[in-house]
Amino acid sequence: MDCRTFRIALSLLGIALLCSSAAADGDRLRLVTTTSLYDTGLLDVIKERFEEKYNVTLDIVSKGTGIAIELGERGDADVIMVHDKVREIKFVEDGHGLERRCVAYNYFYVLGPASDPAGIRGLSPSEAFLAFMEKGRDDPGSVCFVSRGDNSGTHAREKLIWNSVGFNASEFNRSEEWYTEAGSGMGATLVMANEKSAYTLCDMSTFMAYQGQIELEALVTEGDELLNVYVAIPVSPITHPGVNCEDAMNFVDFLVSEEGQGIIEDYAVDGKTLFFKAAGNCDIIGCSPDICAVPTSGCPAEA
Amino acid sequence: MDEISAGLIQAVWLIASLDPEVMEIAGRSLAITLASTALASAVAVPLGGLIHFQDFYGKRPLINLIQTLYSLPTVIVGLLVFLFISRSGPLGSLGLLFTPQGMVVGQTMLILPIIIGLTISALGGVNPQIRETALTLGATRSQAIVAIVGEAKPAVFAAVLLGFGRALSEVGVAMMIGGNIRGYTRILTTAIALQTSMGNIELSMALGIILLTISLAVNLLMARLRGD
Repeated sequence: MDCRTFRIALSLLGIALLCSSAAADGDRLRLVTTTSLYDTGLLDVIKERFEEKYNVTLDIVSKGTGIAIELGERGDADVIMVHDKVREIKFVEDGHGLERRCVAYNYFYVLGPASDPAGIRGLSPSEAFLAFMEKGRDDPGSVCFVSRGDNSGTHAREKLIWNSVGFNASEFNRSEEWYTEAGSGMGATLVMANEKSAYTLCDMSTFMAYQGQIELEALVTEGDELLNVYVAIPVSPITHPGVNCEDAMNFVDFLVSEEGQGIIEDYAVDGKTLFFKAAGNCDIIGCSPDICAVPTSGCPAEA
Repeated sequence: MDEISAGLIQAVWLIASLDPEVMEIAGRSLAITLASTALASAVAVPLGGLIHFQDFYGKRPLINLIQTLYSLPTVIVGLLVFLFISRSGPLGSLGLLFTPQGMVVGQTMLILPIIIGLTISALGGVNPQIRETALTLGATRSQAIVAIVGEAKPAVFAAVLLGFGRALSEVGVAMMIGGNIRGYTRILTTAIALQTSMGNIELSMALGIILLTISLAVNLLMARLRGD
């Protein structure tokens, strides 16, 4: 077989592949989600049960909250799952999302080395932030903080806590040695913070998944600033014609149903619970009853 | 060292046990890469020939530009293709984003410059006397071109193989355009990135070894077809 015939064979193979995979596409629902819900394995369980019930393939794209919202704004997602209240509300107000539904929650933890050189154990989250900032400025060799620095939901929360104590995190990075921006996902950030014996902010589920692989400990686990609420939002077919609204609504309705909430509540890795259901906990998580684990109002008529 | 040897053992085990998910991911990697290499070669080899055999104004700068694009970062290709095929982009209605077809388009764009540029180099490397001889022996211009292309075949082959290698090993385009969707657009490189971020170092190593094994198999097959 000479060069040309081989190339022709290769081209035919390519064309055949393109045609076959195009033909195999049935109904697909594209969910773009924050990484913590996916990397912990929760969404794999939800996917299986959802696909069983509805005749649709759920495609899960796992990115940070920032890029998930960006993809939603471009109409490249049918439904998003994120955790950054400020941007979620804006997303819906700008007409990109139809309605927010609180579906699950857990907490952020402030992690640090067991020796706790800044002495934050037992402090409130904002006191802890002030403590390692002050100690870090005095002695950046032994106290430092690793920030996600990637515009994710966790990064947004970190900036919110800095704002609450009167600092702007974006001013830290250039001049201050104790503050590092990882610019990576939660897992990579944890590994970096662990290598540097640094403090960092981490969602509970990712921390649980990494326990045993890292030496950092959860030093501050309580405080209103650490509440982490996961929300699902279907993308508006009015602003973005062509999105799969019907299945997106079915998906959100499935998440808030008794079955969906049960999956979230029962999901555990190595016997440890990673997420709590929103239903019945609306007061705790600050979601008003009309958006807290209640079914959607369906697709708009124009769609 | 432990992680490396454990990775090696796990790779052998994953291959030997024909782990269904790993086989599926490896098969998808191979299929998408073959498709993009075929598409890119079908365009790039004739185009490279055209550029080599034609004399035109701006030929040298064009070749320089093509060679510059060898170092195009994969994420930039990913970003550009993303902006075109995103639903808000000019080709959004095709629905290519986060599909295997979209990944083929992205990888094709990535390796086109390499195959065009190296085809030009391959043809340029043929001894000019062959053309002269062919013409002296009474060959027409197109017959002379056929003779030159025949001489350049091994080097063009190498260009296609390099394109294949770059497409198989890249992660930027696959991540941005494919989105690493399990069972749909997840390929070896994006799976490695995911497993590494999840802390599964050994599995990542194993997947890397499987990727190299595929590359080796394709290289051996190509060598055989060429009759080396």
